[in-house]
Amino acid sequence: MIKTFIFGLVLGIAGAAVAVAYVPVVDQHREASIIAVTPNGGNSETFHINIPMDRIMVGSPARRQPLPAGLQWPADDSLANLRSEIFKVRNQRDAVIGVASRMASKDDAAGEVLEWVLHLPARGSMYISMQSNAGEGGYRVGQIRTGSGEFESYQGSLTERWVADTSGSEDAPAGRIELVSQFVGAGEEL
Amino acid sequence: MTRYLIALLLGIVAGAAAFLALLYFNPFTSKNNLSPLSVGSNAVMNLTFSPVASDSLVYTNNGETRIKPHPEKVLQLWETGVRRTTAAATVLYDGRGRMAGVGVKFSSDSEATRLMNGEAMVESVWHIYLPGRGTLFVEQNENYWSYLREIVIPAYWSSVDSWKGNWHGTITAGPGALGMGRVVGGSGEFADFESSVTESITARAYSVAQGPVAADSNLTIELPLRVGQEVVAED
Repeated sequence: MIKTFIFGLVLGIAGAAVAVAYVPVVDQHREASIIAVTPNGGNSETFHINIPMDRIMVGSPARRQPLPAGLQWPADDSLANLRSEIFKVRNQRDAVIGVASRMASKDDAAGEVLEWVLHLPARGSMYISMQSNAGEGGYRVGQIRTGSGEFESYQGSLTERWVADTSGSEDAPAGRIELVSQFVGAGEEL
Repeated sequence: MTRYLIALLLGIVAGAAAFLALLYFNPFTSKNNLSPLSVGSNAVMNLTFSPVASDSLVYTNNGETRIKPHPEKVLQLWETGVRRTTAAATVLYDGRGRMAGVGVKFSSDSEATRLMNGEAMVESVWHIYLPGRGTLFVEQNENYWSYLREIVIPAYWSSVDSWKGNWHGTITAGPGALGMGRVVGGSGEFADFESSVTESITARAYSVAQGPVAADSNLTIELPLRVGQEVVAED
């Protein structure tokens, strides 16, 4: 019986070691990416944010109704010109695939600043500096400054525009923020 | 026959327990207390904040963990694509305790987690706005193994379901050299700036029911010297 116990002991150690080594503790869900290849050899991906349902936070001293309810935004004068927002990000199939931070500010040191950070779990993150003024057609263009994960080796741009909902449906969002990224591999020309 | 089966099962349970105990007490996965930036010659900028969810401006997750979203009515990240992600906005303070700015942090459990190697990994990014100075992006891999081993698990073992003490550790574990994170400037004085960063936690109390109760975190950002510039005092 002692031999059986020792055999079980070895089996238990080996089983636990195999389980710890090979059973994944974290298995992030992945939505299949919807990427279009552009004529210059790069690729393009479209994201969107449904407003107001994907808006997690709006931090701004100018806002009378805080979002979320109960938010205590700091009443510091230095943040008077900052509008900080957090959103859920969706792909073209309307599935939530990540979260995003948008910061817009204006101060003497940095001038007008408009930036996005897109964080897509299991894929990576992007940091984008946008033009502060929208161009023709309501498009605002920005440069992807850096990225992590699968976006680490990419260069490119991101466009942002507001698309109002015209469906007239009761459940429809007021509109959506459409974000279109254009990537090329590092070292290639857009 | 039954006796042999019981002996085998007891052996398997004892073996698995012995392996898990070895994993837990493995001295080769001890915590990293010292940030490489603390022994460098370059100036650093310290930004402190509270990692306690209820101290943040906004903290949200999938709503099913012990750490509850804050404020209560914040939108939760329940969709499958973001279920293992948290989002937080917090006030950042400088080394003298004055408000320095606002930071948004996104953290996702990492598939690089390897408990065998003492790696409970989280991938995180910060989006930071420092009024009058500029904006920053921080990218980090974080290892919470020491935090889990020395705070969270002892809290579960405790008869009062909590931990109290004084624990300090650096959680940044890459992706840069020496286990440091990467920081990229966006605007103002940080435009065209690229440097290294570490994040540390000083924990004093942890509750099984609420998560961290009393703790401070610190982001230490290396400020590269420019030609002709001398080392300046820590901010």
